[in-house]
Amino acid sequence: MMATKNAQAYEAVNKTYEWGFHSDIEQDFAPKGLSEDTVRFISAKKGEPQWMLDWRLKAFRLWQTLESPDWAKLNLEPIDYQDAFYYAEPKPKPKLGSLDEVDPEILRVYEKLGIPIAEQKMLAGVEELGEDGQPKRRVAVDAVFDSVSVATTFRKELEAAGVIFRSISEAIKEYPELVRKWLGRVVPMTDNYFATLNAAVFSDGTFVYIPEGVRCPMELSTYFRINAENTGQFERTLIVADKGSYVSYLEGCTAPMRDENQLHAAVVELVALDDAEIKYSTVQNWYPGDENGKGGIYNFVTKRALCQGKNSKVSWTQVETGSAITWKYPSCVLNGENSVGEFYSVAVTNNRQQADTGTKMIHNGKGSRSTIVSKGISAGRSDNTYRGLVRVAPGAEGVRNFTQCDSLLLGDQCGAHTVPYIEVRNPSAQIEHEATTSKISDDQMFYAMQRGLDSESAVALIVNGFAKEVLQQLPMEFAVEAQKLLGISLEGSVG
Amino acid sequence: MLKITDLHAEIDGKEILKGLSLQVNAGEVHAIMGPNGAGKSTLGYVLGGRPGYEVTSGSVEFDGQNLLEMEPHERAAAGLFLGFQYPVEIPGVSNVQFLREALNAQRKGRDEKPLSGAEFLKLARAQADALSMDQDMLKRPVNVGFSGGEKKRNEMVQMGIVDPKLAILDETDSGLDIDALRIVGEGINRIMRKSDKTVILITHYERLLSYVAPDFVHVLSAGRIIRSGGPELAAELEREGYAGVVA
Repeated sequence: MMATKNAQAYEAVNKTYEWGFHSDIEQDFAPKGLSEDTVRFISAKKGEPQWMLDWRLKAFRLWQTLESPDWAKLNLEPIDYQDAFYYAEPKPKPKLGSLDEVDPEILRVYEKLGIPIAEQKMLAGVEELGEDGQPKRRVAVDAVFDSVSVATTFRKELEAAGVIFRSISEAIKEYPELVRKWLGRVVPMTDNYFATLNAAVFSDGTFVYIPEGVRCPMELSTYFRINAENTGQFERTLIVADKGSYVSYLEGCTAPMRDENQLHAAVVELVALDDAEIKYSTVQNWYPGDENGKGGIYNFVTKRALCQGKNSKVSWTQVETGSAITWKYPSCVLNGENSVGEFYSVAVTNNRQQADTGTKMIHNGKGSRSTIVSKGISAGRSDNTYRGLVRVAPGAEGVRNFTQCDSLLLGDQCGAHTVPYIEVRNPSAQIEHEATTSKISDDQMFYAMQRGLDSESAVALIVNGFAKEVLQQLPMEFAVEAQKLLGISLEGSVG
Repeated sequence: MLKITDLHAEIDGKEILKGLSLQVNAGEVHAIMGPNGAGKSTLGYVLGGRPGYEVTSGSVEFDGQNLLEMEPHERAAAGLFLGFQYPVEIPGVSNVQFLREALNAQRKGRDEKPLSGAEFLKLARAQADALSMDQDMLKRPVNVGFSGGEKKRNEMVQMGIVDPKLAILDETDSGLDIDALRIVGEGINRIMRKSDKTVILITHYERLLSYVAPDFVHVLSAGRIIRSGGPELAAELEREGYAGVVA
């Protein structure tokens, strides 16, 4: 039952979010290219207060002085920032009359994910006409439940608990003090090239505040998987968990997502005060491009959590299967005494995909602990790098870290790399690092096939077993789809 | 049930099976014995359809179908079970999950309805009990951390769950102590000693044959069956050694 309730929650939340977004935009877009005018235009369109504009402009001026970093193990074509739109009405998808007009390849993936026909139509943007001859959007969802009443119900439930869950544009206007207090505190605008760019031109995103002592009554999500549109190129998310509170937040989508925007540079900031806990789960399945990586998304995200309070805890779980290039390190700054940081990751690369991902655990607090479990799966001609930092400050007594990095190779043309950085300035620290590299063996494949599985099912089964420690960290809702997704992402990777 | 005619097969360009012929009928138990390197395991792999083992000539008919044209998982769905000499470990995948997926894939291949989780568990528990295997082992990752004997017993539990028409058991007796050997032997009889089923036991030694009495014994040497006979042939081999019989 809970799953259904959650599903309704996502849907409800998604709808409010979507409506808010649309009402802000009036079929308008900024001229191509990036200049101070673009920044002013974005801010004006959103009706932002002066402080927000000033913040954006400061970031923009800084960004102009910066150079794109090149230290990751990524093969990256230079990006032409002037050849892009920074503020535009999301492009309407081509309107299709029926599923017959949809790319059969996409339909096949939907079917494998077990997405019902009605939702497939949503995702693919099929428009059905109502009796009045007008497009009947979201017919399937409306048929399942009354979305308006559901939206109201869930919003009421959240409000009753004191939880603030808004688009960040709304929050800037409705809760300026809260946003101003924390925005840029975890990922300062000076942090890195892409974070600075995001600070200047972020389009929208999510703001969550959980008040002291509140356990958020439901899992929160930016969107349910039906929402295949409207995802900004430069999202900004800020989640603040006040003392003794708890929230679980889901980001992403298992259905394959195409987007006209090549570069996605989001920023996610999490703050956990005393005894607060945030669980942040991501399933990322952006379009990876064709077999040669052409047309795929660049996903360059800065995600960081500040475990500011004593006994605070942040847990990152990510399943990364999409994007041509993934470049991200969800991190924890463990300032609080006895604070806890966790990072569980599965990154799959196939064909020409590249991923350079991992985490940073910065131990400043006494007795702070962290766990890192990274599972990299490489196939095709892809490259998969784990890059991680564990740093222990001189004053941090009794720190513990456990890191496990496992790589699984399919075929002999892909690469797996593990780059751990360990900086320990306090002799009481206990740091453990384990790393393994293995291949799916012919023995395993034949054994599974002899028992009745075809080769794709066999790969999916073995890979899911390999990634199990991470997958079991995901909320149920995501875990089942994520398991299927791993299999689909690796299709055609064994002969 | 199974008719192998003049089968030639090679791996990495090296011919291992050199004109092997064998016919087994429903309701029979056949033992294939022979010295190391004779091609016993290769025969199992070729019948199972293991990639890398190339059939260069000859034919294999299974239940009226051309076995050699079928994919490994299609052979499984058609009722062919291969008991592995060295059962393979699959970390992170529980025995239950593995077998349920495998069985339901087979059932799908036969246009049968998949078993629900509850139905499957009932079946799996009954088979584990029948082979005196601890229920906990069903939840553990496939063969990971199992002793040699436990792996072999697990193979028999799998066979009981899958309920094949034809079982080819490759040195299922190796690595078993006397008690385990008896339990495994009884398992084979219970699951496979039926008028519509067939067993091919591939073994070095006679000892399993005292639990699972074969109807026919064949000697495989240098890629061919060089002698066939009744159960007395196994006793002769035990007495004289392969050298005496092969010569």
